[in-house]
Amino acid sequence: MSIEIRFRIDRSDFVLDVDVEIPATGITAVFGPSGCGKTTLLRAIAGLEPCGDGFLRVGEMRWQEGAHFMPPHKRPVGYVFQEASLFAHLNVRKNLEYGVKRVPVSQRKVSMERAIELLGIGPLLEHRADQLSGGERQRVAIARALAVSPGILLMDEPLAALDQARKQEILPYLESLHDELDIPVIYVSHSPDEVARLADHLVLLEAGRIRASGPIGEMLTRLDLPLAYGNDAEALIEAEVAGHDDEYDLTLLDFPGGRFTVTRHDLPVGHAVRVRVTARDVSLTLEHQSGTSILNIFPATIEEISPAGNAQMMVKLICGDVPMLARVTRKSASVLDLKPGKLVYAQAKSVALLS
Amino acid sequence: MLNDADLAALAITLKLASVTTLILLLLGTPFAWWMARTRWRYKFMLEAVIALPLVLPPTVLGFYLLVALGPEGPVGGLMELLGGEPLAFTFTGLVIGSVLYSMPFVVQPLQGAFASIGRRPLEVAATLRASPLDRFFTVAVPLARSGFLTAAVLGFAHTVGEFGVVLMIGGNIPGQTQVLSIAIYDHVEMLEYGHAHWLSGGLLLASFIMLMSVYALNRRFSLVRP
Repeated sequence: MSIEIRFRIDRSDFVLDVDVEIPATGITAVFGPSGCGKTTLLRAIAGLEPCGDGFLRVGEMRWQEGAHFMPPHKRPVGYVFQEASLFAHLNVRKNLEYGVKRVPVSQRKVSMERAIELLGIGPLLEHRADQLSGGERQRVAIARALAVSPGILLMDEPLAALDQARKQEILPYLESLHDELDIPVIYVSHSPDEVARLADHLVLLEAGRIRASGPIGEMLTRLDLPLAYGNDAEALIEAEVAGHDDEYDLTLLDFPGGRFTVTRHDLPVGHAVRVRVTARDVSLTLEHQSGTSILNIFPATIEEISPAGNAQMMVKLICGDVPMLARVTRKSASVLDLKPGKLVYAQAKSVALLS
Repeated sequence: MLNDADLAALAITLKLASVTTLILLLLGTPFAWWMARTRWRYKFMLEAVIALPLVLPPTVLGFYLLVALGPEGPVGGLMELLGGEPLAFTFTGLVIGSVLYSMPFVVQPLQGAFASIGRRPLEVAATLRASPLDRFFTVAVPLARSGFLTAAVLGFAHTVGEFGVVLMIGGNIPGQTQVLSIAIYDHVEMLEYGHAHWLSGGLLLASFIMLMSVYALNRRFSLVRP
């Protein structure tokens, strides 16, 4: 199952020209700077943006092809706008019911009760929209979009209008959607942090065009993309809880390249987690170090090296079959004679658990 | 106090204002909706035409209507051809004149209210499976309710208060086309100040109450919205 998108939208000041196929599962982040066309792309998928020349296939259904244009109200989407955009003339319950009532009973897969429970908005049902905080409004908007049992959920920077505290309030709900519902999501964002926590797949948009598209772990470590050269360049690694060290209060996480040791997280054995390893926290040695305080040391093969500024090099490593990044000085690269194919040990000074 | 002719004038005035307001709401709503959403480049010309009664002397509009609706005019002539009466000096003629004359007072608040909703709530409704007509009745109309209230009260009150157009095309036939404002004029002409006082005071009070209720219910009320 996949989603095939081909749009060309010409505006006087802007052209969106995309041709991309993304998986119809998990969360696909559309990432790029402001003004690159992310929102226009999402609106075109929902049918809200007039787009004469386009092709859109979602799974088996063709939403747009040549002269055929399925109007927005016939497309099985859920749409969360950047501002919650609740109906001001309806209370929270009626906002939710607005969509539910219009979905035939046979097509209701996500019950309204389930949406209310997932977003924790039970106590707010009888409130008016203007009585809610920004975070609450956005949770209601997400529940409203879910309650129509969408075949695909489109989210346009749902956290961008919120302050840091409200973002932290909502992110866990978004993560639980990912875990509990089998609805593909296209998530527009310019926040690397949200993308790292939520996305499975990444579409990189630049000036109205697709720069690259692929699984998140692969995309973040590609040395031909700008993502690997930011100060926060990082690798995301899927791991699972292997056990806990009760004596030292540590948690052990297995991934194909070895075992991470992190401070204790109370998660059951076998629980899937996502781990972030920042490139600037990874150093390289030629031999396995013994007299070191660093716990996370993995054998790795250098796959690729590329300059990052004048003094530094970005090194792409493969641990097991997992890509990882290390940022070292050009001098170190020269002294250690780092080159593709060479076996090294990667030492990660810090490892962060994302979920 | 009020004599029979005054009561008849009151009844005709209320009937005229009610019929006019109803017609204007029915015609003005889709028109204002279209005006609020169209990107047509010559929309400003239509807006100017709609706003004309705001600045034009009522006698000018009345004069052209008289010409058009009379037996020699295009509309009146057509009516005669179809076997009907010319419309000048009839209640129907008054309704036509009032509809044109009060149009900006209904269309402008509605257009302003629709425009201030913006596209977003309608887009949200579309993504919640509402068809265009469904969106209009379940989102646009409720969100524009203050505009409807303003439009209805202003349209009604302005029709009650009209004088020049009615005088030009309705004549002053007691029991048929004589409305309150003209009845007052007649009383003053005949120096019946007592009658004029009763009618004028009543109109003043009624108008004040109507406008006050609009202002109270709709703080954002404004006559001409940008």
